[in-house]
Amino acid sequence: MALLQLSEPGQSKAPHQHRLAAGIDLGTTNSLVASVRSGRAETLPDERGRHLLPSVVRYTDAGIIVGHDARSAAVSDPLNTIVSVKRMLGHSIDEVQSLGSLMRYRFTRQETSVPRIQTVQGERSPVEVSAEILRVLAQRAEETLGGPLEGAVITVPAYFDDAQRQATKDAARLAGIRVLRLLNEPTAAAVAYGLDAGSDGVHAIYDLGGGTFDISILRLNRGVFEVLSTGGDSALGGDDFDRELARWIMQQAGISDDVDHSMQRRLMRDACAAKEALTQSEKASLEIELADGGQWQGEMSRQQFNELIEPLVRKTLVTCRRALRDAGLTAEEIADVVLVGGSTRVPLVRELVSGFFNTPALAEIDPDRVVAIGAALQADVLVGNKPDDEMLLLDVNPLSLGIETMGGLVEKIIPRNTTIPVARAQEFTTFKDGQTAMAVHVLQGERELVSDCRSLARFELRGIPPMVAGAARIRVTFSVDADGLLNVEAREESTGVNASVEIKPSYGLTDEEIGTMLRDSMENAREDLAARQLREQQVEAQRVIEALSAALAYDGDELLDARERAGIDTALSRLVEIARLDDPQKIKSQVEALEKQCEFYVERRMNRSVRNAMQGHSVGEFE
Amino acid sequence: MSITLTEAAANHVKRFIESRGAGMGIRLGVRTSGCSGMAYVLEFADQQDEDDQVFEDHGVKVLVDPKSLIYLDGTELDYTKEGLNEGFKFNNPNVKDACGCGESFNV
Repeated sequence: MALLQLSEPGQSKAPHQHRLAAGIDLGTTNSLVASVRSGRAETLPDERGRHLLPSVVRYTDAGIIVGHDARSAAVSDPLNTIVSVKRMLGHSIDEVQSLGSLMRYRFTRQETSVPRIQTVQGERSPVEVSAEILRVLAQRAEETLGGPLEGAVITVPAYFDDAQRQATKDAARLAGIRVLRLLNEPTAAAVAYGLDAGSDGVHAIYDLGGGTFDISILRLNRGVFEVLSTGGDSALGGDDFDRELARWIMQQAGISDDVDHSMQRRLMRDACAAKEALTQSEKASLEIELADGGQWQGEMSRQQFNELIEPLVRKTLVTCRRALRDAGLTAEEIADVVLVGGSTRVPLVRELVSGFFNTPALAEIDPDRVVAIGAALQADVLVGNKPDDEMLLLDVNPLSLGIETMGGLVEKIIPRNTTIPVARAQEFTTFKDGQTAMAVHVLQGERELVSDCRSLARFELRGIPPMVAGAARIRVTFSVDADGLLNVEAREESTGVNASVEIKPSYGLTDEEIGTMLRDSMENAREDLAARQLREQQVEAQRVIEALSAALAYDGDELLDARERAGIDTALSRLVEIARLDDPQKIKSQVEALEKQCEFYVERRMNRSVRNAMQGHSVGEFE
Repeated sequence: MSITLTEAAANHVKRFIESRGAGMGIRLGVRTSGCSGMAYVLEFADQQDEDDQVFEDHGVKVLVDPKSLIYLDGTELDYTKEGLNEGFKFNNPNVKDACGCGESFNV
């Protein structure tokens, strides 16, 4: 007899059509799976009642072990026991090796830049290792829910780039899971607190885990969460609290720094236990077994613990301040702060974070489980178990998309972090008189110059009717569908001639390229802006030079006397010279000077064309 | 005519309604579908229809439409755990045979 769950009114499914869905939090240290049953989203425990699954995979001759048992073997069998695989996901081997601490694995170098870890079961990629973790979670969900999963929502950090997101999807596919959607971890936390159903506003998600810290600033806009900014420290977490505490114990107990590994581990374990005790009580007693067989007893107050860790917590607040600045906001503009990650249980963290954002932090949902719970809620909506199918569109494009304009500049059409699907159009015009074709160069990246961005495609729009420069109206439309496929169309508005191209923007882009592109854009922001200003002025100067030269050739002799002509010629050649230099201010003022000098000439030309237009007609016709 | 709940079922229903934040009780019913003819309906109830029969057991209101009641009379709703899976179970004396999975039945 199948066991039934309570449905929403009118949502009972026909037999065998229950849509089972799960939310998976694929974490660096621990992973979780959650599902909505009888209207409640809960994380699902294993047969021993444990909710957290350590994200550790051990390859042995006998088979693959995932979770707690694998983690216990991390010390005895380090080469075959893969921990923190998430840090490697979607990265090239060079990047992985630069992570240092992961160097302990043996990697095989291959032509593709995907790192392959040597294990007793052969070579394994980070995607394959992640798939093992996902497989165990999916299996747990299917056993718990009593049927096959329709699909799952898997969470990823907000800063994950396209390659890392793709790698996560690949891992799920390998584990036989249909990915309903990848969801940003901070967004999932916000969904868990129902912030998506609330009014529009800005929220901060403070995520302090065992070894990493992340802050995300999200804006809810008509039911869609937009990531305004992210920040973090990939080497700061609760483990550092333990380390500070262990150091204190060593000082107090007179233990020297050069203790062996097992003593160190014992100290860390005792420190962790003391930390956990201090979240509940004001005092924790410590009993440490010394290497010589003796024992040290001591006591630590929460006050002492707070003093030890305060510098670390303050460090996270500095990162928060930076993330706020990146988003162009102040702490007062944050409506809610959501706490995520086990280390936010520490009372001092709650106190300082609430103080910093000047609002009590949301912490009612278990901070270890809140991300998985949000993912489960989202999965439930996506498989259609909710009466009103509110589809949240939460995918974003990782890099800006745009086209090349005169002067080798990039005009961004769809900025980075725009939620997809999306369509944006912008109008462009011709640069030269009688121009009948236009080259459309599609680019991806954050930099201002074409040479610093990635070229995705080029195509030409032909058949533009000859017009004076600036008269043609060419509408360029960029649309990105839900799968990230980009379609670019250029269309001349008066005749309707058009041309288009379809591109998969992330295709062929290696992970390190995306990372480097993002980093470069931040590091070179000032230079890029300067370069942009210069190019813009150069283009403007070029336009003036061409227009004026064309006019002079046409009627210069007729409308100007020799002295006037000489004056304009001098100013013109001066602009040609200055435009070659790299001072945008000088170019600008010379363009202005030239335009001023030509005012009377422009006036005469206009008068003449009006006269020509009216010639042969009687005044009455114009009334 | 009666519909009953075990204490475990009643406790879970109360807990689910509480966390949902709304609902006057639950609705039990049958629908003609499935591989053996009929399938159970188990939903939160937000409003009572005119011809609904209302039962109350262990403090939980159970709404059943008269047509379904013919097939459900005497049913006891239970909540059980089977391995990792847990959920509601209909102990229905009217059932002659059920499909292998038990999701649909015949009377």
